[in-house]
Formats: sequence, C-alpha cells, structure tokens
Amino acid sequence: MFVRLVYESFRRQKRSKLLAGAAIALGVTVATAMIAVATDVGDKINRELRSYGANLVVTPQDDTLDVQIAGINLKPPSDGAYLDEADLPKIKGMFWRNNIVGFAPVLPVTVTVNKGTAKNVTLVGTYFAKRLRFGNENFVTGVRTTYPLWKVQGSWPDDDSRDVLIGEQLAAALRAKPGAKINIEGENLQVTGILSTGSTEDNEIVAPLSLAQQMLGKPGVVRKVYVSALTKPEDAFARRDPKTLSPDMYDRWYCSPYAQSIAFQLQEAIPHSHAEQIRQVAQTEGTILTRIKGLMLLVTLAALFASALAVSAAMATTVFERRREVGLMKALGAGGLAVASFFFAEAALLALLGGAAGFAGGSFLAYHAGRWIFDSPINIQPVLLPLILIIAVIVTFAGSATAILRAVKFDPVYALRGEG
Amino acid sequence: MTKPLPGGRAGAQHTSMFFRMLVRAAILRRGRAASALLAMIVAATVTTALLNLFVDVQSKLRREFRNYGANVVVIAKDGKTLPPDALAKVEATVGRDPRAKQSVAVPFAYVVARTSNDQPVVVAGTDLSAVRKLNNWWSVTAWPKQPEEALLGVRASAIVNPQGKSFDLTFHGRTIHLTPAGTVGTGADEDSRIYVSLSDFEAWTGVRASTIEVDVSGPPADVNATIARLAQVLPDADVRPVRQIVEAEARVLGKTRATLLAACILVIATAALCVLATLTGWVLDRRRDFAIMKALGASQRFISGFFAAEAAFLGAFGALLGFGFGIGIAAWIGRTNFHAPVMPRFELFPIVLLGCILIALVSAIAPISALRRVQPAMILKGE
Repeated sequence: MFVRLVYESFRRQKRSKLLAGAAIALGVTVATAMIAVATDVGDKINRELRSYGANLVVTPQDDTLDVQIAGINLKPPSDGAYLDEADLPKIKGMFWRNNIVGFAPVLPVTVTVNKGTAKNVTLVGTYFAKRLRFGNENFVTGVRTTYPLWKVQGSWPDDDSRDVLIGEQLAAALRAKPGAKINIEGENLQVTGILSTGSTEDNEIVAPLSLAQQMLGKPGVVRKVYVSALTKPEDAFARRDPKTLSPDMYDRWYCSPYAQSIAFQLQEAIPHSHAEQIRQVAQTEGTILTRIKGLMLLVTLAALFASALAVSAAMATTVFERRREVGLMKALGAGGLAVASFFFAEAALLALLGGAAGFAGGSFLAYHAGRWIFDSPINIQPVLLPLILIIAVIVTFAGSATAILRAVKFDPVYALRGEG
Repeated sequence: MTKPLPGGRAGAQHTSMFFRMLVRAAILRRGRAASALLAMIVAATVTTALLNLFVDVQSKLRREFRNYGANVVVIAKDGKTLPPDALAKVEATVGRDPRAKQSVAVPFAYVVARTSNDQPVVVAGTDLSAVRKLNNWWSVTAWPKQPEEALLGVRASAIVNPQGKSFDLTFHGRTIHLTPAGTVGTGADEDSRIYVSLSDFEAWTGVRASTIEVDVSGPPADVNATIARLAQVLPDADVRPVRQIVEAEARVLGKTRATLLAACILVIATAALCVLATLTGWVLDRRRDFAIMKALGASQRFISGFFAAEAAFLGAFGALLGFGFGIGIAAWIGRTNFHAPVMPRFELFPIVLLGCILIALVSAIAPISALRRVQPAMILKGE
C-alpha cells in the first residue's frame, strides 16, 4: 500500500513532482559544479602560475661564482663546473615526476658574432621541445614548456638542427631578420626567429644545446637546469631540514610536493648537483595559490548554502500545497507517523532522482567551465556521487521537515475545508 | 486638498485602505511573510557579498602579484650609466599617479671587483631599504644598518668570505673595507653577488646606477601609460616592462576572475530561483485573500497593484538588510583570506535593490495572472 501510494503520487502529480525534482536537480548541479571547480581550481591555477617560468634550478655542486651582469657573462667560458646531460632524463624517474611540468638545461657560451664588426655575445644552448626517453616513457620538454610566454617572431629552431634564435634587442643591433644567416665563430648559421622574452635573453643568442656544446668544445655538458614543477605552498613543516626529521616525518616531508622536497629529490636524481628554489617565483606563487584557493573555498560555501536554501524552499512550497491530501489521509485514519514517512519517502525518491540528474548536470557544467576558462576540462571524481546524493537527501529532508510536520499537525477538518 | 476632484475623497480612502492592507497583511501573516523575507534577505546577502568580492578581488589579487617584484625596468643604453637625476625623475613620474602609492623604484649599479685573493665578484650598489620593500622574496639573515656593511649572496659568502670576517674588495686600484651584515638567498643571480649601499658604492667606485627597477601598481593600462611617460622623461634609457611578470599576471588574474564570475552567476541564479520559488508559494498561498478582495468588488488592477506593491516592498526591504549583511560577509572574507578588508562598494546598492525588486515582482505577478482567470467562488470553495 505504502509503495503504491508513493508510486501513484509520482504517476499522477507529474507536474508538481517535476517542479520539485527540477529544483533539487538545479541545486545539486550548482553544488556539484562548485565542488568540482573548488577541488580542481588549485591545480589549474598552479599550472597557470607556471607561466612565470621555472621555479627550481639545478646547478653543479662545486660551483664557482657567476660573474654575470644583465645576462652578460664576464667570466672566461672554460671556468666552472658542469652537469652531465645524460643525467637529465632521470628527472622523470623521481617520486614527484608527475609534478614536473618541464625542464630546460642551459649552457651559456661566449661567442664572437661577425657582422661587419666582431662582437662578443652570449649564446645559450638549451632544449626547445626536445624528445627524451626515460624507461618506457617518452616525453617532450624544453623552454617552450618551461617558459610559455617566450615569443618568437618567425619559427622555433629544431633541437637537432644548427639553427638559432636571436634576442630582439641583439637582433635590432645586428639588423638580423628571421631567415637571415648570421656568422657565429666563423660559421654561417640560419636564424629562424627573433626571440622576445622581456628578460636577459633579449640580448643573447639561443641555440640548440648540441650546438652550444660543440662551440664550447665540451660535448654532453650543461651548466644549469631550470625545472618547472607544480608545488604545494610552503609552510613551517616544509622549511625543516630533512636531516633532522624522524623517519615518519621524513617520509611525510619527502612525499609532499613542497618546492624544498622536490629540490631535494632533484639533487638525488642528478649526481653532484645542487637544487634550489628560485624564490622570486616559488615563494610568490605559494602566496597567490593560497589566496585563490581560499577565495574559491569561501565562494563554494556560499554556493552550497544558496543551493541548499533553494532546494528547501522548493520542497516547503510543494508540501504546503498538499495539505488537503494530508487531511484526507488523516481523515481515513492514517497516523502522523504514516503520513510523515510517506512524505519523507517521496522526498527521498525525489532527492535521489534530482540528485543524480544534478550530478550529471554539474559534471557537464564543470567540464565545460574548465574548457572555457582553463582550456582543459575539470573532471569530477565519480566517487563523489554517493556523497552528493547523501547531501541532496539531507538537504531535501531538512527543507521539507518543517512543512511536513506542520502539515501533519494540521487539523484535517480545516485542511479539507480549505481553510489554511 | 484645494481643488477637490470628483471621487478625490474616495481616492484618498482608497490609498489609506491600500496601505492598511499592506501593513496588516505583513503583521497578521508573520510566518509566511517572514519566510519570504528571509529568502529575499539571503539572496540579497549572497549577491551583495559575491558582487562586492568580484569587484574588489582584482585589486586585492593585484597587490599579491606585486610580490613578484619589479614589473618595469629602466636600463641605461649601451652599458653606460643613467644620469644622476634619473631616480628622481622616475619617482616623480611614478608618484604622479595618485593610485600608485605603493610604487617603489630601486636603483642598481654593478661592477666586477676583485677580492684580496684575486677572485672576481659582482658587487651591486643599491638602496637597501627600498630593495627590502621591492623584493620581499629575498631570504635575508640580517640587513646592513651601518655604512660599509655588506649583504652577501649565499654563494658569494661561501667563496669570498667563508669565515664571516670583514674583507677587502678592489676596483680599479681602489679598495673598500666591508663588514658582512648577513647573507641573501634567492636561488638566482643575487646569490653570487655582494650588495652594498649606493652611497658607499659611489664613493668607492665612482660608478653610478645603470638600472632602475620599478614596481608600478595598477591595471595593465596604467602600467603601460607609466612606461610611456618614463620613456618620455628619460630619452637616454631603455624603459621596458618585465614581460614575464606583466603577462603572467594578466593571465592568472584573468582566469581567476573568469572562475569567480562563473561561480557568481551560478550562485546568484540559484539565489534568485530560491526567491522565486518561495515568493510564488507565498502568493499562491494567499489566493483566498485574492478571492475575497475580488468578491468584495476590488478591480483586477487594484489587486495586481496590491500584490505588486507588497512584493516590491518585500524586495526593497530584503535588499536593504541583505546589502548590509553582504557587505559584512565580503569584509570578513577579505579579512580572513587577504588580511585586508574588502571595501564596501555602495555603487552596487542600486543594482542589488533593482534586482531584488524585479525578482520579487516577477514572482508575484506570475501567480496573480494565473489566478486572474479563476472565478473567486472556486477559490473560496477551496477547489
């Protein structure tokens, strides 16, 4: 009888059920979309912040002083220690390898450019978009990943070629254009593009790493490696010295993607190296990330609150409209408990149906919002579905509880006479 | 009334009756009216708080982004030094913008000096107190306070002066005796340098500043305007934006605002829907009042006007209270998240007020026009 009552109520009152269900679905849509966005926005913004450039740098352990002003190296190029290029793919074998967005080695060489008059300039060898292999994994890395804001007028050189990019200020001084030839160390090389970075590279020549190694006469070496990694904002725990931590604490420290612990792992991966965070980028992005995540969390709370309210308002209205039905049931001898459980069963069914529809709608919304704002979809974990459904049921109950209890207490005589 | 119009007295009575009904309806049906008002207030609160945040978050975040340091650099052309009045000119130009109160300009002068064991090292002369404001990511153990004290990069410190004693530096045959105050760590070029105050530096080397790093606050248009003005007053120097900083900031800020906007639209739409549902229920609930009024001979216009006035009043009242709460919530979010209060934007009030009244009117008029076609007798019979 109970089941039939509920079933018939859904079959016969399609319109009012549809309205209440739509309200629940809408509330759950908003809640799901906001939860998805709030959980993922940190990662998305973190990736956006990577456009500031590398946040970690790996240098040789027994390094000498850089004598460099505004990108111009004033030290004899033979000076200083190097890292082995063959060790670089090991970065992708680290514990936090999936947090490494990209890395780019640099090898500065002072070269003579001959264009009418001889001029000493710095040529930096690096990867542009180099294909590398570690174990079974193929990946592409280089400055195009670590410095997405570098702009090239013309085209990027190939990593295996002998073509170069010229910084825009140097190009203006040399009157070089994309496609022109340039005489470097007595060799005519092709300029594929003019590079604009707004930084010291504007006064330099950027070339494939192998070319720089050849000009230096030291095959297989790099001077520094710039690493762009997704990190967690620094806290007091991050700043502790790993040597002083207990084994448990050490594991926790090692397995948190702090800039410090990723630097520590880089040092382990590359022999004889010293890795450090570039504080200008790493520290500031931590602060900004914390702020944006905090903001989105608070907005999500507001959204959840608003959608809970909308659902309960809709439920209260639908129950209130059915006082006559309650009156009839009670007149036919139904107890308060029976009536209340009938309404609650109906509400639960509505919440489950509306919640499932809302979950689908919210996932769709989050997916497209992600594509629209960040050019990469925001996906919601399917494991959240039961949680969302439970929340939907609770909110629907809470919203209809007052109205149901009032309807139950109402004298059936008045209800049937329509004097509400 | 100097010139009584026909039916004027009846009109006055009409009006007073209208108001009496409005007030009595609000008082007698407290419960339902209160729940409708509550929905209105909550919607107005959420809307106000989010709009306020949305308007203000840009400047709040922009302040955070300024932690990245200078976004404009002024560099002397071709390795020369800047004229002596360059800093004053930069400060005057940047300071002219009343919004750019926090703008900082820091001069830098560089030479390569040699230590007593002939090791070359880059020495930079700068305004140390200004650097401290500009580059707050510098991890400094102790800032120099006395003249002839130096700030050593962590690498420079290890190589030039491992014992932490005072040391000599030579440049073009002139020697300066420096006492280390502390070390600076940044993970970049600064680690290999030695920093001294600009006055010590100039007295020692005679070299003037070649670079001025400027932190211009404000939206991109202001920054570009400042760059153009700087280029005008300093024709002998290159004035360039630090593209990495300027463009990345615009990108992250844009995405954050877009996310916030999407969230705001969702939340405000939900809040509006909630009001719509509650108010519609409230009006439907009162169809007996409607029927009695009609049965007593009230015109359709009068009834519509009555319900519309009631809804508008509810909307206005809800908007007023909600605006107050909303500003409070926005300020609280600002304080907890950005450690600075979000300024109340009173220019948002008309928007919130109009929005509330509009949504209230829509939710009142829709059921009324539906009831219009129903015979009052049917309603009174309870069908």
